[in-house]
Parts: sequence; C-alpha cells; structure tokens
Amino acid sequence: MSDSHGLPQQADLAPGDEEVVSVNVRVLGYLVGLGLAVLLTATSFFVAGTNLVWQPSIPVAIIVLAIAQIGVHLVFFLHITTGPDNANNVLALAFGLLIVFLVIGGSLWIMANLNDNMMPMDQLMHMQR
Amino acid sequence: MAVAAVASARGYDPHLIGLEDVSHDGPASKRIIAGYGFWIFILSDMVMFSCFFAAFAVLSGQTAGGPTGAELFNLRNVAIETAFLLCSSFACGMASIAAEVRYQLWFQVAMVVTCLLGIGFLIIEFHEFADLIARGAGPSRSAFLSSFFALVGCHGAHVSAGILWLLTMMAQVFAKGFRADILRRFLCFALFWHALDIIWVAIFSVVYLLGSAA
Repeated sequence: MSDSHGLPQQADLAPGDEEVVSVNVRVLGYLVGLGLAVLLTATSFFVAGTNLVWQPSIPVAIIVLAIAQIGVHLVFFLHITTGPDNANNVLALAFGLLIVFLVIGGSLWIMANLNDNMMPMDQLMHMQR
Repeated sequence: MAVAAVASARGYDPHLIGLEDVSHDGPASKRIIAGYGFWIFILSDMVMFSCFFAAFAVLSGQTAGGPTGAELFNLRNVAIETAFLLCSSFACGMASIAAEVRYQLWFQVAMVVTCLLGIGFLIIEFHEFADLIARGAGPSRSAFLSSFFALVGCHGAHVSAGILWLLTMMAQVFAKGFRADILRRFLCFALFWHALDIIWVAIFSVVYLLGSAA
C-alpha cells in the first residue's frame, strides 16, 4: 500500500467480483474456466482407470490435476486473481491454505509416525492376556 | 501526473511527504466488506473440511475387514455427479452476469438450471448412500466408512443448504428486484456455490479416484 500513497488508487474488488468488462468477455471467461475444468476432470478420471501410465505415478497425477483444477475454479469462477485490487482476498486465501496444509499434512505425518512405532496388533493382544 | 509534478518541484521526495493533497479513499464499500467477510467464512469452512479430509486420509485404510473403496465406489456415478456440479457452477456464473446487468428473466433461468443440477447431484448422492447402507456398508461398518460418510455427507449437507439459499435468492430477486443489499447476498451465495464445487474437486480426487486406484 505504501508504494501508492497519495496516488490515485485502484479501488479494491470484493471476492467474486470482476473488473468491469463486457458481458461477452465475462461469459467467455466462464466458458474458458468450464472447458479447462472439464479437461482436467476428464484427464483425472482417465488416469485413474488406465494402464497406460506407470502405476505408482497415478496418485501423484490425480493430486496434481486436482490442485490445478482448484486453481482454475479460483481464477475463472471465484475471480480470485493476483491483481493489485485483489491483494486482501489472496492473502486471506494464502492463510487459509496454510492452515489446510498444516491440518492435513500434520495429521498424516503424526499418524503415519504413530503407526510405524506402534507394536504390531497381534503382539499387543498377546501382552494383554 | 500531478503527483509527479509536485514531487519534482520539491526535489527528491520518494515518500511524498511534501505532498499536500493526500486523499484517502475512506472506508471500503459495503459490497467489498460483505464479500470479504463471507470470503473469510468460506476459508474457515475449508479449514473445517480439511479436518474431515485429514480424518479420511488417516482412516482410509482402516476397513476393519469390511469392504474397501475400490469394491464400493461406482465411478460412473461419481463422473455424473461431477458433471452436474460443474455445470451448476457454470450456470451460477451466468446468473452472476445476469444479476450484474439486471436481467431478471436470464437470472431466473440460470438459477433454475443451477438448482436443478444441484438437486440432481443430491439425488445421485442420496441413492449412493442408500445403496451403501443397504449393502451393509453403512457409517458404522468401519472407521473408513465412518470418515467417508462424514466427509461426503458434510459436503452434501452444504449443497442442501446452498439449494435452500438459492431458492431464497430467486424469490428475493423476483420480489424485490436487483437492490444493492440483494445483490450483496447473491454475491455471497455465488461464492458459496463455487466454493462447494472446489470442495467436490478435492472429494472426487481424494476419496473416489484415489480410493478406487488403491
């Protein structure tokens, strides 16, 4: 904000709002988003059921495609962009993503670690007798 | 231009301290405040969903000798659900444009399409749940199925609430027209509906596709 002090500022945008453009351009934006989303979804479903790609890469491919599609939805449907009028919305999103990754990544990490360190179930049963 | 002129007249002044006509924008418009507040709510909703996702990810292998995802899931149904929700999101976008240009008929048509696709999604999901329970794979069968029903059911509950909100917005726009306060509510609704589609992308990828692949 300090770099634009006193200069005529661009007004902020509410999340979901777009820059003022014609209706045709806006419909086109949604159509592009829909097309990309369909493409990514179709790829995802195809990859999940195919034998054409190296099998261990499939989970990674599905996750990457999902993240890409979430990005497409954010940009083309929710109009969260990196423009200067969108800084607050993007910062809030970044914080949300941080928490989401901490919760999911942290849970997986801790639980995998606990699983590794836990005594196999049959031995545990044996001790309780 | 004026800024540059003043700055150069006073010599080097990178922080514009000498500038006299510093003007402030004043508080943000109500539309921005309402939209931003609702955006924060959506992000906190996503944080809540992340807990369900974390529970599912941790428990997805704990089938307690019961059926696994690969045995239960019908990917054809999931693909149809995905298509419904994606087209519904697109129709909601068309309704946003119609609202902005104040086109009542187009708005109502787009909202009806959004609503029907959302209801179609819910019907398929309800059938899937009923089918799983009938096959003895209800939420009490295993930890995997508990977390599955909790996660997917929570998304379904959100979609149901969204449809009630959608019908309310149709009625309000019909009865009160495109007033500023109604348009703010609709902005929030559109954010909510698109966000649900984002959650669904994560669900069909993590729960169904990864669940079937594993």
